[in-house]
Order: sequence, then structure tokens, then C-alpha cells
Amino acid sequence: MYAALLALLAVAAPGFFTAGNLRDLVVGHAAMLVAATGMTLVILAGEIDVSIGSQLAVCGVLAGLAAKAGMPMPLVALAVVVAGAVLGGVNGALVAGLRIPSIVATLATMLVLRDGLRWATGGAWVQGLPQHFQWFGLSQRGGELAITAASLAVFGIVAWAARALPAGRAVYATGADAESAELLGLRPRRVTFWVFVGMGALSGLAALLGAVRFSEVQTNAGIGLEMAVIAVVVVGGASIRGGRGTLTGTLAGVVLLGTVGTALTFLQVSAYWERALQGAILIAAVAVERTSKRRVRAT
Amino acid sequence: MTDVAKAYGGVRALRGVSFDVHAGEVHALVGENGAGKSTLIAVVSGARQPDAGAIEIDGREVGVLDPVSSRALGIAVIHQHPALFPDLTVAENVALGAERGHPLRPIDWKERRARASALLQRLGARVDPDARVGDLGMAEQQLVEIARALGAHARVVFLDEPTAALPEEEAGRVLDVVRQLQRERCAVVYVSHRLEEVLAIADRVTVLRDGEVVATLDAKKTSRGEIVRLMVGRPLEDAYPRRTTAPGEVLLDVRGLSSADLGLRDVSISVRAGEIVGLFGLVGAGRTELARVLFGLEPADRAGVMLRGRPFDPRSPAEAIAAGIAYVPEDRPRHGVLLDMDVGTNIALAVQDRLARRGLIDGAREDALAERLVERLDIRTDSIRRLVRTLSGGNQQKVALARWLAAEPAVLVLDEPTQGIDVGARAEIYALLAELVENGLGVLAISSDLAEVMGLCDRVAVMQGGTVVAVRERGAVEREEILALALGHGVAGALHGA
Repeated sequence: MYAALLALLAVAAPGFFTAGNLRDLVVGHAAMLVAATGMTLVILAGEIDVSIGSQLAVCGVLAGLAAKAGMPMPLVALAVVVAGAVLGGVNGALVAGLRIPSIVATLATMLVLRDGLRWATGGAWVQGLPQHFQWFGLSQRGGELAITAASLAVFGIVAWAARALPAGRAVYATGADAESAELLGLRPRRVTFWVFVGMGALSGLAALLGAVRFSEVQTNAGIGLEMAVIAVVVVGGASIRGGRGTLTGTLAGVVLLGTVGTALTFLQVSAYWERALQGAILIAAVAVERTSKRRVRAT
Repeated sequence: MTDVAKAYGGVRALRGVSFDVHAGEVHALVGENGAGKSTLIAVVSGARQPDAGAIEIDGREVGVLDPVSSRALGIAVIHQHPALFPDLTVAENVALGAERGHPLRPIDWKERRARASALLQRLGARVDPDARVGDLGMAEQQLVEIARALGAHARVVFLDEPTAALPEEEAGRVLDVVRQLQRERCAVVYVSHRLEEVLAIADRVTVLRDGEVVATLDAKKTSRGEIVRLMVGRPLEDAYPRRTTAPGEVLLDVRGLSSADLGLRDVSISVRAGEIVGLFGLVGAGRTELARVLFGLEPADRAGVMLRGRPFDPRSPAEAIAAGIAYVPEDRPRHGVLLDMDVGTNIALAVQDRLARRGLIDGAREDALAERLVERLDIRTDSIRRLVRTLSGGNQQKVALARWLAAEPAVLVLDEPTQGIDVGARAEIYALLAELVENGLGVLAISSDLAEVMGLCDRVAVMQGGTVVAVRERGAVEREEILALALGHGVAGALHGA
């Protein structure tokens, strides 16, 4: 189906395949890939995090303010990742420590962070950023390269770690059955906590990769991001109940859902259809997975 | 039913099974796991469609059954784990099977309650109709489900392992109700692994093996031995292996363990190297709670535990495992194994850190270990990549054990190690435990199966009311005494035994 879409594009809108457009696509979705990488771990562990859009907005503003205060970019990067990790740690403590269901805990932090940010900034964008903020102070081409490289590197490391490290498998086991995992000598609550910390850190990184593309930081960034990212992970084949899924699947999900919007524009379909089509793809992906699973079980 | 056949893919679960049951008869259905009992039940309840064969009720052939038409014909299936609504009352649950009112017609609560208590009374089941089902014990829930079936005018009642999860005296309550069903001229099909129970209650016994009927016997004229022989297809030598080694040093020494929250008081018990200590008691006596404390799942007010001569008070299973204790829990399908992970991963997970090389998972090494243990324990699977969910109960239990063999603990705590496992796999598990113990492992085996406790264990500790009331050597004790101790008639029982 995806191949058919690409073929259609090649014929009807050759402009889609120009180097410039593809580059825009990749750079525009780098932040999404980073966030989806974190979300894959969260979902594999059997949890969910709907606060990442708010985390991203907070971290983006922090990045802008830090840069304005004269902090050099490497330090800014470190600071937003740590800030994100701390925000994630709050989620982790609520879920693993107080045993609040993650959908509830992260819904609460999503609202608190979003409105807290609005209150703190008065809704004003962070403007007058120093030269070294946009594109990390590199040329646009260089900045785009840095963004792409950073997102792919993070994705690659996490994808490798999930398979190669005992900690990665502990995430799968926790999501498959936390109680059984505990009886095996794993520490599922610790796993859950750190997965949220990791998610927060990656939200921070995603905020940075998204923010440096512009000359100012929006305070309303990331609204709806959590749903888009969860959709990407599920389209990528991860089970929303945890324990099953791969990061390569998530990468495929980002590619699939990420290209749909732009493809529509190129096919001169109204952009209003983008979300609807993404929703349809989500249902189709899950339906295909479910029916194929049923067939396996019947035999 | 005549010549009923059903295949799942390439597996022929039923090969031309013929089976009948009369009104007012209890017909027992026995067989090892995988013999086809569950498939047979699935076919009559309409959950599965047979590939061939016919089903008749009152001499009239019924067509294809689905769950609704099966129920309309008066067939009721009662499963081991009652399918009730835990947050509704007993009366509401009973009513759900019987009422056929219009969805929008207001409910007559008084009538509903009266009908439920009438049904329960008819069955001789003493259950409060206003109690919340979730607050009831397992046995009472079984009774509620039987009452519900009766309320739905069931005439053929299938009971699938109704007593498997019940201790002996509670199982008696269920059996009484089954007898009452019989008096009501219901046809009862009784599936159980407990052969004593089968012989006590059934009029006829049908033995299934590999999807075929091996024999239908008159319950009065057969014996446990004959049934077991027919079930396994070969004479079963003594299921409990003989062991010769004398017990060694004390590995686990519990002195005065107490926990107010868990209802444990002043528990003392010890396990030596090379011995199996049985822990018998009624449900609620505190056996599982003790195991959970020892495994770091629950805190104790006062532990007083020595493990291999060192003070031991684990705060998590990870700590307990590191100190040398392993635990196979009772609720195996849920907690003993990770059902949705494959056999190899299940075996390797508990020791993955030890098998890792420079912090990385070493797949080849893990697979080699898994292959070795699959072979040694004779786990029947075509590949170590197969999901544990697809294995039989006995093989799942072996996977749970294999994992701890890999971890090489000093003391292995087993909670109901053979519950719901067929005779053949049971013997294999006993043999495996014997072998481990010969090699110096200490085993603490919680069991509600008195025959198992008496046959397998070197010593039997009896728990009652949250404490260990007695410890007896094997061979120096009678069944009756153990049971009396567990029931709390300790003094009389002890006198009787002495």
C-alpha cells in the first residue's frame, strides 16, 4: 500500500521526490523520531506517556531562555536533556512510586506543564535568540545535517540497546507481565521509572531538535504531539498493552505517517485530510495485526 | 455424542469420540492434559465447531451449536475458574443466567433475590444471596455458578475441574452439590484430575487419551490404578521416586517469623540440603504468605531467617535470588512464566546478567543453555523460540523449573508444583525434583495434595492459622493426622496418630 502511494506520487507529483522536499521531510520529522523512540520504550514497558507534548514545549522554552542567557549550545543541549529527564522522573515517580496509572499521571503532568508554561511566559514566544541558536549556529545545511544525524544516532543506540542489553529485555519483560518479571528477579518498578526518565530526556532532545529550526521558540509547541507519536509507535507494530514491538517498526511508522501529510499536499488533496488519513492508517495497521494474530492462534 | 472429531491445524484433538450421559447420572471424564477433554467441552458448549460427528439431546440430533443455542438446549459448562461478575451480588449473578426479561423492563429485585436464594437452598449451598461474589471463596463461587446453571434450566451440566483449586474439605461442598444435581435428574459430566473424587462421585468413568475414548468403566468396578494405567497407556511405576541420600546441612532456617499484616505468627521451619519439606495446610493457613515473605515479596515484622548460615531478610525477589532462593508461584499461567515470551528467553531471563558478556546479552550462550535444559527436562516444544503460551500446563511448569535450574539456587520454594498438571508430567516433575535434591538442593514444597505431600516429601510441616503447628517425618505419620492438624483438631489428631 505504501509502495503504491510512492508510485502514485512519482507519477502525479514528481516534485515530492526532489532532494529539497525529502530533506525537509527528514529534518521536519527528526524530533518526532526521537520522541517516538522514547515512546516505544514506554509502550513496550506497558505504560503510556501523554505529557510529552507539554514536556517538549517546556524544554523548548528552556532551551531558548538558556541560549538567550548566553549559554553555549553544547551546554544548552545538555541542560534541556537533563530538564526533560527531570520532568520524566516526575512521571516515573508518580507511576512507579505512587503506582498511579500512567495515563492518569501523565495526563495530569501534561496539563500542569502546559498551563504552568502559559502562566510563566504569558504565552509570549521566546524571541531575540542569539545567532548561535538557530541551526546550532551552523549554516542551514549544516544544522539540518546535525539534526538528522543526532536523531538517527539516538534512534540507533536505543534500538541496539533494546536488543543487546539485559536492561532492554527487562523493559520487554516488564511490559509482558510485570508481576512475573518481578518473580524472575527483575525490578519492574525501577524499569518503569527509568523508562519515563528516558522518555523525558528524549522529549528534551526532541524539543531542541525542533526549536533550532526556527529563529524563535513557540510556547504552544507540541500540542497533539503525544497522540501523533503514540500512533506512530502503534502503526509500527508495538502492542499498546506492552511487551511486544520493535524500534525498527517505529521507524517504519514514522516514515509512513510522516510522509502522508506531505504526500497529500503534493497530490493537491486538502491538508485537512491529513489527520483523518493517519487515523485510518492506524486502524488499518492494528486491524491487520489483530486478524493475522487470530489466524496464527487458530492453527 | 457420536464420532465427534475436531482438529486444530494438524493436531487432531478429538478423533471420533463417542460419549453419552443419562439424566440423573454423573459421568466422569478423565485423561491427561491434551487428551481432548477441554476440546470436547468446547464442542458441546458451542465455543468450537466439530469437524465431524453428531450430538443428540433427548434422542434428537442438534445441528451446529453456538454458545447461545447450546445454552438454550440446556447445556451448561462450569469452568475451573468461575466466570462470574465479582462486583455483583450472588443473587444478581444467579439471575443473569435465568432472567429473560426485556432489556428495558425494570428489574424486580425482590423476586430476583427470592429466586436466587431458592436455587441456592435447593442445592443445599449455604451462600448469602446478598454477598458480593468477589468476597466469596473459590468453592462458594463454584456453587454460585452451579446455581446459575440450574436457574437457567440446565439439564446437562459439564463441570470442568471444579475442585482443582480447592482444598479437600471445600471440595466436599462442591461434591455435595453435584450429588444434589444428580438427584434433580440433571445429567452431569464431571472432569477432574482428582481420581479419588471421581471414584467417589461418578457412576461411570470415561478415559480419554490422545483424543480417543480408551474405555468407559463402571465406577464401582474400577480402581484408581486401572484408571491411571488407561490414562497414561502404560503402567505407571511408583510416581514418587525413591531417594537415598541423607539430608545435609541446614540451608534455610526460619525461627519465629511473624507478620501481622499477613497473619503469620511465630513461624518456624527449616530446610536442609538434600531434602524436600512439604508444607501442607488449608487455603488461608499462611503457606503462600510465608513463601512470599521468604522471596522478598512481602515484608515481615520479624523475620529471623538464616539462609546458608547468614541472616536473610530480602526486600525484593532480586535480593532473594541473589542470596540463593528461588520461587515458583502457584498461579503459574499468570506469574510463573512470561506467557508471551519464548521458551529460551523465559529460561535465560533469570540468569541473563550472569550469562551476559561485557554487559551485553550473549544470545548464543543463552540459547545453548536453553537447549540443554529443554532436553534435560524433556520440555516438549519444537523450538526454544516457541511462545510459552502455546505449551501445555505441564510443559509450562517445566519451563518455570528450568529457569531456576539455570540460576542454581540453594533453596527452591514451590507453590502447588503439580496443580492442574497431568499424571505423566507430574511423575516427570517429581523425578526432576528428586534428582535436584540428590545434588544438594533444598526444596520447600507447598501442596494441598495430601497424597503428593505424603509421597514426595521427607518431612511434612503443617500450617494452620498462620503458624506451623507440627512437623512430621515421612513414614511416621498418617494422612488422617496431617489433615486433622491442618483442620485445627491438632490434639485429637496427634493422639490418634501416636
